[in-house]
Amino acid sequence: MKVTLKVWRQQGPDVRGAFETYDVDDVSPDMSILELFDVLNDRLIVDDVEPIAFDHDCREGICGSCSMMINGRPHGPELGTATCQLHMRKFEDGAHITVEPWRARAFPILKDLCVDRSAFDRIIEAGGYITAPTGTAPDANLILVPKEVSDTAMDAAACIGCGACVAACPNSAAQLFTAAKLEHLNLLPQGQPERWGRTVAMVDEMERWFGSCTNHGECEAACPKEISIDFIALMNRDYIRAQFKQRRLASQT
Amino acid sequence: MKVLGDGESLNQSLEKAGRVEDFFEFGELMVRDALHREESCGGHFRVEHQTEEGEALRNDDDFAYVAAWEYSGDVSAPTLHKEDLEFEAVQLAQRSYK
Repeated sequence: MKVTLKVWRQQGPDVRGAFETYDVDDVSPDMSILELFDVLNDRLIVDDVEPIAFDHDCREGICGSCSMMINGRPHGPELGTATCQLHMRKFEDGAHITVEPWRARAFPILKDLCVDRSAFDRIIEAGGYITAPTGTAPDANLILVPKEVSDTAMDAAACIGCGACVAACPNSAAQLFTAAKLEHLNLLPQGQPERWGRTVAMVDEMERWFGSCTNHGECEAACPKEISIDFIALMNRDYIRAQFKQRRLASQT
Repeated sequence: MKVLGDGESLNQSLEKAGRVEDFFEFGELMVRDALHREESCGGHFRVEHQTEEGEALRNDDDFAYVAAWEYSGDVSAPTLHKEDLEFEAVQLAQRSYK
Protein backbone atom coordinates (compact mmCIF):
# COMPACT_ATOMS: atom_id res chain seq x y z
CA MET A 1 0.00 0.00 0.00
CA LYS A 2 0.95 3.66 -0.38
CA VAL A 3 0.56 6.46 2.13
CA THR A 4 1.31 10.17 2.22
CA LEU A 5 2.75 11.38 5.50
CA LYS A 6 2.54 14.98 6.61
CA VAL A 7 5.09 15.21 9.43
CA TRP A 8 6.00 18.05 11.78
CA ARG A 9 9.71 18.87 11.41
CA GLN A 10 11.41 21.14 13.90
CA GLN A 11 15.18 21.39 14.25
CA GLY A 12 15.19 22.37 17.93
CA PRO A 13 13.21 23.83 20.83
CA ASP A 14 13.65 27.45 19.75
CA VAL A 15 13.46 26.98 16.01
CA ARG A 16 10.34 27.52 13.96
CA GLY A 17 8.88 24.24 12.68
CA ALA A 18 6.85 23.29 9.62
CA PHE A 19 5.05 20.36 8.06
CA GLU A 20 6.88 18.29 5.46
CA THR A 21 5.14 15.86 3.13
CA TYR A 22 6.59 12.44 2.32
CA ASP A 23 5.14 9.82 -0.01
CA VAL A 24 5.94 6.26 1.02
CA ASP A 25 5.33 3.43 -1.44
CA ASP A 26 5.63 -0.30 -0.72
CA VAL A 27 4.14 0.00 2.77
CA SER A 28 3.36 -3.39 4.29
CA PRO A 29 -0.03 -3.52 6.02
CA ASP A 30 1.69 -5.51 8.79
CA MET A 31 4.03 -2.64 9.67
CA SER A 32 3.38 -0.57 12.75
CA ILE A 33 3.45 3.16 12.13
CA LEU A 34 6.83 3.29 13.91
CA GLU A 35 8.20 0.78 11.41
CA LEU A 36 6.87 3.00 8.64
CA PHE A 37 8.96 5.79 10.14
CA ASP A 38 11.99 3.45 10.27
CA VAL A 39 11.58 2.73 6.54
CA LEU A 40 11.07 6.40 5.73
CA ASN A 41 14.10 7.41 7.82
CA ASP A 42 16.34 4.85 6.06
CA ARG A 43 15.28 6.40 2.77
CA LEU A 44 15.78 9.97 4.01
CA ILE A 45 19.34 9.13 5.17
CA VAL A 46 20.18 7.79 1.70
CA ASP A 47 18.79 11.03 0.24
CA ASP A 48 20.96 13.13 2.62
CA VAL A 49 17.94 14.35 4.55
CA GLU A 50 18.19 14.27 8.35
CA PRO A 51 15.96 11.45 9.65
CA ILE A 52 12.81 12.29 11.61
CA ALA A 53 13.46 12.19 15.35
CA PHE A 54 10.77 10.24 17.24
CA ASP A 55 10.62 8.51 20.62
CA HIS A 56 10.24 4.73 20.82
CA ASP A 57 11.57 1.91 22.93
CA CYS A 58 9.73 -1.34 23.72
CA ARG A 59 7.36 -1.26 20.74
CA GLU A 60 4.88 -3.45 22.60
CA GLY A 61 2.76 -0.83 24.33
CA ILE A 62 4.29 -0.97 27.81
CA CYS A 63 7.08 1.60 27.98
CA GLY A 64 5.22 4.82 27.20
CA SER A 65 7.97 6.23 24.98
CA CYS A 66 6.15 6.52 21.67
CA SER A 67 4.14 9.68 21.40
CA MET A 68 2.67 10.68 18.08
CA MET A 69 -0.37 12.83 17.43
CA ILE A 70 -1.81 10.92 14.46
CA ASN A 71 -4.55 12.63 12.49
CA GLY A 72 -5.16 14.87 15.47
CA ARG A 73 -5.50 12.07 18.01
CA PRO A 74 -2.84 10.94 20.50
CA HIS A 75 -1.65 7.45 19.47
CA GLY A 76 -4.00 7.55 16.47
CA PRO A 77 -7.56 6.39 15.80
CA GLU A 78 -7.46 2.99 17.54
CA LEU A 79 -8.82 2.82 21.09
CA GLY A 80 -6.67 1.43 23.89
CA THR A 81 -3.43 1.21 21.94
CA ALA A 82 -0.13 3.09 21.92
CA THR A 83 1.43 4.44 18.69
CA CYS A 84 3.62 1.34 18.40
CA GLN A 85 0.54 -0.90 18.33
CA LEU A 86 -1.08 0.98 15.46
CA HIS A 87 -0.64 -1.00 12.26
CA MET A 88 -0.81 0.27 8.71
CA ARG A 89 -3.70 -2.12 7.92
CA LYS A 90 -5.88 0.25 9.94
CA PHE A 91 -5.43 2.87 7.22
CA GLU A 92 -6.83 2.97 3.69
CA ASP A 93 -4.46 2.49 0.76
CA GLY A 94 -3.40 5.97 -0.35
CA ALA A 95 -4.26 7.49 3.04
CA HIS A 96 -2.99 10.91 4.04
CA ILE A 97 -1.69 10.73 7.60
CA THR A 98 -0.77 13.80 9.62
CA VAL A 99 1.76 13.21 12.40
CA GLU A 100 2.58 15.83 15.03
CA PRO A 101 4.34 15.80 18.39
CA TRP A 102 2.41 16.01 21.68
CA ARG A 103 1.07 19.54 21.97
CA ALA A 104 1.29 20.97 25.48
CA ARG A 105 3.19 23.88 27.01
CA ALA A 106 4.57 21.58 29.72
CA PHE A 107 6.03 19.30 27.01
CA PRO A 108 8.42 21.51 24.99
CA ILE A 109 9.48 20.10 21.63
CA LEU A 110 13.08 18.85 21.59
CA LYS A 111 13.18 17.98 17.91
CA ASP A 112 10.63 16.89 15.28
CA LEU A 113 8.30 14.49 17.11
CA CYS A 114 10.28 14.28 20.38
CA VAL A 115 9.02 16.25 23.35
CA ASP A 116 10.47 16.71 26.83
CA ARG A 117 8.13 14.99 29.28
CA SER A 118 10.23 15.58 32.39
CA ALA A 119 7.35 17.53 34.00
CA PHE A 120 5.91 14.04 34.61
CA ASP A 121 9.11 13.07 36.40
CA ARG A 122 8.73 16.08 38.69
CA ILE A 123 5.24 14.82 39.70
CA ILE A 124 6.57 11.32 40.42
CA GLU A 125 9.49 12.74 42.40
CA ALA A 126 7.00 14.70 44.52
CA GLY A 127 5.41 11.52 45.89
CA GLY A 128 4.90 8.71 43.37
CA TYR A 129 6.55 6.08 45.57
CA ILE A 130 6.26 4.37 48.93
CA THR A 131 8.92 4.36 51.63
CA ALA A 132 9.62 0.87 52.96
CA PRO A 133 12.62 -0.76 54.59
CA THR A 134 14.46 -3.05 52.23
CA GLY A 135 15.33 -6.60 53.18
CA THR A 136 13.40 -9.83 53.09
CA ALA A 137 10.00 -9.36 51.50
CA PRO A 138 7.15 -9.98 53.99
CA ASP A 139 4.86 -12.93 53.41
CA ALA A 140 2.44 -12.08 50.61
CA ASN A 141 -0.60 -13.10 52.69
CA LEU A 142 0.34 -10.99 55.70
CA ILE A 143 -1.57 -7.94 54.46
CA LEU A 144 -4.94 -8.94 53.05
CA VAL A 145 -6.23 -6.79 50.19
CA PRO A 146 -9.82 -7.19 48.95
CA LYS A 147 -9.96 -8.35 45.33
CA GLU A 148 -11.94 -5.27 44.23
CA VAL A 149 -9.30 -3.00 45.73
CA SER A 150 -6.33 -4.77 44.18
CA ASP A 151 -8.11 -4.85 40.80
CA THR A 152 -8.78 -1.10 40.97
CA ALA A 153 -5.21 -0.38 42.03
CA MET A 154 -3.96 -2.48 39.12
CA ASP A 155 -6.21 -0.58 36.70
CA ALA A 156 -4.54 2.67 37.83
CA ALA A 157 -1.08 1.09 37.81
CA ALA A 158 -1.53 0.27 34.11
CA CYS A 159 -0.52 3.89 33.34
CA ILE A 160 2.61 3.89 31.18
CA GLY A 161 3.17 7.65 31.57
CA CYS A 162 3.10 8.40 27.84
CA GLY A 163 1.37 11.77 28.13
CA ALA A 164 -1.48 11.09 25.70
CA CYS A 165 -3.92 12.38 28.36
CA VAL A 166 -2.15 15.75 28.41
CA ALA A 167 -1.92 15.90 24.62
CA ALA A 168 -5.63 15.12 24.26
CA CYS A 169 -6.77 17.66 26.84
CA PRO A 170 -7.86 21.12 25.60
CA ASN A 171 -6.39 22.51 28.85
CA SER A 172 -3.19 20.42 28.70
CA ALA A 173 -4.12 19.10 32.13
CA ALA A 174 -2.32 16.12 33.66
CA GLN A 175 -5.08 15.02 36.02
CA LEU A 176 -5.46 11.51 34.58
CA PHE A 177 -1.72 10.77 34.75
CA THR A 178 -1.38 12.18 38.26
CA ALA A 179 -4.53 10.45 39.50
CA ALA A 180 -3.36 7.08 38.14
CA LYS A 181 0.10 7.44 39.68
CA LEU A 182 -1.40 8.65 42.98
CA GLU A 183 -4.32 6.28 43.39
CA HIS A 184 -2.54 3.02 42.61
CA LEU A 185 -0.60 3.72 45.81
CA ASN A 186 -3.37 5.43 47.81
CA LEU A 187 -5.74 2.50 47.31
CA LEU A 188 -3.41 -0.11 48.78
CA PRO A 189 -2.44 -0.67 52.43
CA GLN A 190 1.23 -0.09 51.60
CA GLY A 191 0.41 3.41 50.38
CA GLN A 192 -1.43 4.53 53.53
CA PRO A 193 1.41 5.91 55.73
CA GLU A 194 2.31 8.60 53.17
CA ARG A 195 -1.14 8.97 51.62
CA TRP A 196 -2.01 12.54 52.61
CA GLY A 197 1.43 14.08 52.16
CA ARG A 198 1.79 12.30 48.82
CA THR A 199 -1.59 13.56 47.63
CA VAL A 200 -0.86 17.22 48.39
CA ALA A 201 2.70 17.05 47.05
CA MET A 202 1.79 15.40 43.74
CA VAL A 203 -1.29 17.54 43.07
CA ASP A 204 0.56 20.76 43.91
CA GLU A 205 3.49 19.76 41.67
CA MET A 206 1.04 18.93 38.85
CA GLU A 207 -0.53 22.39 39.20
CA ARG A 208 2.91 23.99 38.75
CA TRP A 209 3.26 22.57 35.26
CA PHE A 210 -0.11 21.75 33.76
CA GLY A 211 -3.51 23.27 33.09
CA SER A 212 -6.61 22.51 35.09
CA CYS A 213 -9.18 19.77 34.58
CA THR A 214 -12.61 20.79 33.38
CA ASN A 215 -13.97 17.27 32.93
CA HIS A 216 -13.83 17.05 29.14
CA GLY A 217 -12.97 13.36 29.34
CA GLU A 218 -10.70 13.49 26.28
CA CYS A 219 -7.91 11.95 28.38
CA GLU A 220 -9.82 8.74 29.02
CA ALA A 221 -10.66 8.42 25.30
CA ALA A 222 -7.00 8.87 24.33
CA CYS A 223 -5.42 6.72 27.05
CA PRO A 224 -3.72 3.64 25.54
CA LYS A 225 -4.43 1.82 28.79
CA GLU A 226 -8.07 3.02 28.94
CA ILE A 227 -7.66 4.38 32.46
CA SER A 228 -10.96 5.71 33.80
CA ILE A 229 -11.44 9.35 34.81
CA ASP A 230 -13.02 7.91 37.96
CA PHE A 231 -9.47 8.05 39.32
CA ILE A 232 -9.55 11.84 38.96
CA ALA A 233 -12.59 11.87 41.26
CA LEU A 234 -10.68 9.70 43.76
CA MET A 235 -7.72 12.08 43.56
CA ASN A 236 -9.94 15.12 44.15
CA ARG A 237 -11.54 13.36 47.12
CA ASP A 238 -8.13 12.54 48.57
CA TYR A 239 -6.89 16.10 48.00
CA ILE A 240 -9.79 17.63 49.93
CA ARG A 241 -9.43 15.06 52.71
CA ALA A 242 -5.67 15.67 52.83
CA GLN A 243 -6.20 19.37 53.45
CA PHE A 244 -8.48 18.54 56.34
CA LYS A 245 -6.17 15.88 57.79
CA GLN A 246 -3.14 18.07 57.66
CA ARG A 247 -4.88 20.97 59.38
CA ARG A 248 -5.73 18.66 62.25
CA LEU A 249 -2.23 17.25 62.47
CA ALA A 250 -0.60 20.69 62.30
CA SER A 251 -1.62 21.39 65.93
CA GLN A 252 0.26 18.30 67.09
CA THR A 253 3.67 19.11 65.61
CA MET B 1 27.07 4.00 8.59
CA LYS B 2 25.90 7.44 7.55
CA VAL B 3 25.24 10.09 10.20
CA LEU B 4 23.62 13.35 9.18
CA GLY B 5 23.29 16.52 11.25
CA ASP B 6 25.66 17.47 14.05
CA GLY B 7 26.16 17.08 17.77
CA GLU B 8 24.74 20.50 18.60
CA SER B 9 21.14 19.32 18.99
CA LEU B 10 19.28 16.05 19.58
CA ASN B 11 20.67 13.58 17.04
CA GLN B 12 19.34 10.03 17.27
CA SER B 13 21.56 8.77 14.40
CA LEU B 14 24.63 9.99 16.27
CA GLU B 15 23.41 8.22 19.44
CA LYS B 16 23.04 4.98 17.45
CA ALA B 17 26.48 5.39 15.87
CA GLY B 18 27.98 5.85 19.34
CA ARG B 19 26.31 2.66 20.51
CA VAL B 20 27.57 0.69 17.48
CA GLU B 21 31.09 1.96 18.19
CA ASP B 22 30.76 0.84 21.82
CA PHE B 23 29.71 -2.65 20.73
CA PHE B 24 32.68 -2.91 18.37
CA GLU B 25 35.11 -1.78 21.06
CA PHE B 26 33.59 -4.15 23.59
CA GLY B 27 33.62 -7.04 21.09
CA GLU B 28 37.26 -6.36 20.30
CA LEU B 29 38.17 -6.32 23.98
CA MET B 30 36.39 -9.63 24.61
CA VAL B 31 38.31 -11.27 21.77
CA ARG B 32 41.55 -9.74 23.02
CA ASP B 33 40.91 -11.14 26.50
CA ALA B 34 39.97 -14.56 25.09
CA LEU B 35 43.17 -14.71 23.03
CA HIS B 36 45.22 -13.69 26.05
CA ARG B 37 43.77 -16.41 28.26
CA GLU B 38 45.76 -19.50 27.23
CA GLU B 39 43.43 -22.10 28.70
CA SER B 40 39.85 -23.36 28.53
CA CYS B 41 37.63 -22.52 31.47
CA GLY B 42 33.84 -22.71 31.70
CA GLY B 43 32.24 -20.95 28.78
CA HIS B 44 35.69 -19.97 27.47
CA PHE B 45 36.73 -22.98 25.39
CA ARG B 46 39.74 -23.04 23.06
CA VAL B 47 40.33 -26.13 20.92
CA GLU B 48 44.09 -26.00 21.53
CA HIS B 49 43.46 -26.27 25.28
CA GLN B 50 41.49 -29.46 25.82
CA THR B 51 41.99 -32.83 27.45
CA GLU B 52 42.27 -36.00 25.41
CA GLU B 53 38.56 -36.51 26.06
CA GLY B 54 37.68 -33.08 24.65
CA GLU B 55 37.02 -31.45 28.05
CA ALA B 56 38.12 -27.96 29.05
CA LEU B 57 41.78 -27.89 30.11
CA ARG B 58 42.47 -25.18 32.68
CA ASN B 59 45.80 -23.57 33.45
CA ASP B 60 45.42 -22.54 37.07
CA ASP B 61 49.10 -21.71 37.50
CA ASP B 62 48.92 -18.82 35.04
CA PHE B 63 45.26 -17.84 34.77
CA ALA B 64 43.51 -18.24 38.12
CA TYR B 65 42.51 -14.59 38.08
CA VAL B 66 39.77 -12.27 36.92
CA ALA B 67 40.95 -9.87 34.24
CA ALA B 68 40.01 -6.19 34.29
CA TRP B 69 41.13 -4.20 31.27
CA GLU B 70 41.79 -0.51 31.73
CA TYR B 71 41.47 1.97 28.90
CA SER B 72 44.98 3.30 28.37
CA GLY B 73 44.15 6.03 25.87
CA ASP B 74 44.72 3.59 23.02
CA VAL B 75 41.79 1.24 22.31
CA SER B 76 44.10 -1.42 20.88
CA ALA B 77 46.43 -1.50 23.91
CA PRO B 78 44.43 -1.76 27.15
CA THR B 79 46.23 -2.34 30.45
CA LEU B 80 45.61 -5.66 32.21
CA HIS B 81 44.78 -5.73 35.91
CA LYS B 82 44.62 -9.13 37.61
CA GLU B 83 42.42 -9.97 40.54
CA ASP B 84 43.62 -13.32 41.87
CA LEU B 85 41.01 -15.93 42.70
CA GLU B 86 41.50 -17.14 46.27
CA PHE B 87 39.72 -20.26 47.39
CA GLU B 88 39.27 -20.66 51.14
CA ALA B 89 36.31 -22.89 52.01
CA VAL B 90 36.23 -24.92 48.81
CA GLN B 91 39.45 -25.73 46.99
CA LEU B 92 39.86 -25.49 43.26
CA ALA B 93 39.19 -28.82 41.56
CA GLN B 94 38.60 -30.28 38.13
CA ARG B 95 34.95 -30.99 37.61
CA SER B 96 33.85 -34.10 35.77
CA TYR B 97 30.39 -34.64 34.38
CA LYS B 98 31.04 -38.32 33.78
